[in-house]
This record gives sequence, structure tokens and C-alpha cells, in this order.
Amino acid sequence: MIPFNFDYYKPSTAYEAVATYQMAADAGKEVLYYSGGTEFITFARTNQLKADVVIDLKSIPECTVLEQNGSECVIGSAVSLNELVTFNLFPLLGETVKRIADHTSRNKITIGGNVNSRLIYREGLLPFLLADAKVKIARKEKEEIVPLADLYKQEITLEPGSFVVQFIVDHAYTTLPFSTLKKTRMSQVGYPIVTVSALKKDQDIRFAFSGVCQYPFRSFEMEKILSDGTMPEQDRIEQALSKLPGPILHDSYASAGYREFVFKNTLADTLQMMEGNQ
Amino acid sequence: MIVSNATDKTVKKLLINGQSHDVVIRSADLLLDTLRSQLGLTGAKPGCGNGDCGACAVVVDGKPMHSCLSLTIEAVGKSITTIEGLQDSPIQKAFIENWAIQCGYCTPGFIMNCYALSETYPDADDETIEEWMQSNLCRCTGYQEIKEAVKTILQIKKDQRPAQ
Repeated sequence: MIPFNFDYYKPSTAYEAVATYQMAADAGKEVLYYSGGTEFITFARTNQLKADVVIDLKSIPECTVLEQNGSECVIGSAVSLNELVTFNLFPLLGETVKRIADHTSRNKITIGGNVNSRLIYREGLLPFLLADAKVKIARKEKEEIVPLADLYKQEITLEPGSFVVQFIVDHAYTTLPFSTLKKTRMSQVGYPIVTVSALKKDQDIRFAFSGVCQYPFRSFEMEKILSDGTMPEQDRIEQALSKLPGPILHDSYASAGYREFVFKNTLADTLQMMEGNQ
Repeated sequence: MIVSNATDKTVKKLLINGQSHDVVIRSADLLLDTLRSQLGLTGAKPGCGNGDCGACAVVVDGKPMHSCLSLTIEAVGKSITTIEGLQDSPIQKAFIENWAIQCGYCTPGFIMNCYALSETYPDADDETIEEWMQSNLCRCTGYQEIKEAVKTILQIKKDQRPAQ
């Protein structure tokens, strides 16, 4: 049971959603956007999250679109993870989100919810970081399309009241060779010790990671080293490791030492798969 | 546009097992609690409360959902099937005949998930069955029998299809 009450709104346009947020926030209320809602319910149930107003985005057609529009693949933020797998417009994304949570949960979890999660893993971000995705944002005055890279600094940072409406990926990226590997402590379902997603564009391999540090990331510095075919594979991996953007996670799922071991092995597997595509 | 406000309980209609029910809910009410405490549909079981165990699974518009992770208000206008809607169904018989029940607590959730699987993918392969079944936990560890029950129901569906 959720131990507090809230107003529940279900707007049918992004404009309505932002206006509702603004109105409630101006009245001093705590407002939250709601998409799949799994995280909200989990945290609200245990009093770790509270809201006076909840705005459900699932009735906004722009947020539920999943289509190829000319040269662009458009993915609404309220599309469920299982829909991404089933329709498979962006295979790297489909393969990556297929390992998030369990099948039943993926009917409820949305891509927008995953990338904006309070949890540190947010694996749905990795394919978008690799594919130079753009993001359509609903803001107070207007909707705006901006590169994801401009918004993503360890998390997607938006001003209060704004929300992600869509992710937009150039279709050319959806047909490139890719690999995505997730290693968990024990079972198929679980948080990652390491997730490595890779995409090969021209002769360069792009890499994005989750579970290694406190946040998902793509590192150009590490990519440069890992794509340097003049060095032996093990040297590349060792050098790349020294360029991590933060300390390796050390928690109850895996010690830092074990995570590093798994990270190196997963990188080696990824390199072998991706370089085998040459 | 407001569907339900914080201060008042509101009367909403839910379509469950083909029947319309009036329920009086807060915005914050969870579907699992409404099913069990207002409608007496106690087949969906409270377990982890986090969507990890699958004991609370129901089928909403043909898809299995954790009712502990759904607001009741979200289910308005949708078609909900609970274990009570599958009485004397082939899937229930398949579980009994394959001894796919031990203590029985997880059984409704498993049956709902298997039912949705067999309706969605009547030709599901082992990998698909495995993927779907990972959503439910059986602490008696009767997984093999459950898998046999799923295969039985898929075979029954195959046998019932008109020859081409």
C-alpha cells in the first residue's frame, strides 16, 4: 500500500502535462511525472519517495510513438521495454533492454522511466549514447530537440517541469554491427556487474558501459585506445581501464576487484566479437 | 483531465474476467489491494511487493502484469483477467495433471503468466518459455513440472488448430 495520497492526472498532450506540472508546482506541491510507474510505486510504498501530484504520460500519443519516420527512428518515452524488443526498430536497443528486469516487469517499465531511473544502471541509455541520439524535450514554452550528449552529465539533467518526450535515432545507426553483453552475479535477471554495449561505425568501435562506475557512460578516450589495432588486445584493455571516469563500484553485488575482472573479460569478448566483423 | 484527486475516494469501473465492477479507490491504491480487499479476488497473491516474485501476476489487455506494481487507476478501461477467470480452463488442468503445484502460493501467478504466453506465442520455443518464466519464483523449486505444464498447454493448442 502507498501510505500517502496524491492527485492523479492523465494529460493527452505534452503541453497539458507541462502546464499541469507548472500549475501544481506554483501551488507549492511536489509533482512527479509517471510513466511505467514501477520505480515510483516501489519507492513510494516504502516512503522513500513522496508526491502530491502524479502526472501519467502514457496517454500522450507523442510519448507512445514507435516508428521509422523517413531517415529517423522515433521512440516515445512511454514505450514499454517489451514493445522495443517486439518491434525491434533499433536492434541494439532491443537486445540491451531485453536484459533489464524480468519479462513481466518489462511490460510496465518504459524506456523513459529506465533512462531517468534513480537506480544507477539505466542500461537503456547505452544504445542512445552510442548512436548519437537526439531527445525531444517538452519544456514550459515549447518542445525542443537536442542532442542527448548535451543533456547527459551522469544523468539526464532537465529543468523542473520538463520531460523527455521522444528519443530520435538516425536510421543508419540502427543497421550497424553491434554487441551487448550483460554479466550479473548469478541469475539471468538482476542488476549488472558489468554491461558493455558496442557499435561499429566505419572502422571505429564505440563502447558504452553500465554497472562499472556510479553511472552509465560512453568514453571517447577509452574508445580511442580500444580501437587502436596496433596494440595487443590485453594492452588496450589495461590502458582503457586506467581511463575509467570514476572508481569501480564496490558493493554487495560484486567487489571492485571482481567487477574489474569481469569488466576485462567482457571487454575482451566484445572486442573479439566486434573485430570479427571486420 | 484530472482522473482522481488526493482528498476523495472515487468510484471507478473495472472490467475483470469479463464483468464490470464498481470500485471505490484512492489514486494511490494498488491493483493487487483493490482486487483482494474490495472484490474478494484473492487469487493474486501478495509476495515481495516489488515485482520480483510474480505471485501477484494478472493479465491486463493480454499482457502479464505485476498487480503490486500497478495503480488501480491505471487499469480503468482495460480488460483484466485474474486466476478466478481461468477456473476449469485447460491451463489449470495442465498444472494439475503435471503436478506443477507444491505449496501453491506461486501457482496463480505462474498460471497467469503461462496463460498469457500460450495466448501470445502458441508456438513458443524453449528460449521464449524460459524468458517468460523467469518472471515468477517458486520457492518449492518445482520449475521442471511447471515447464512441462506450459509445454502441455502449447501442445493442446497445437492439436486444436485446424489442419492446413
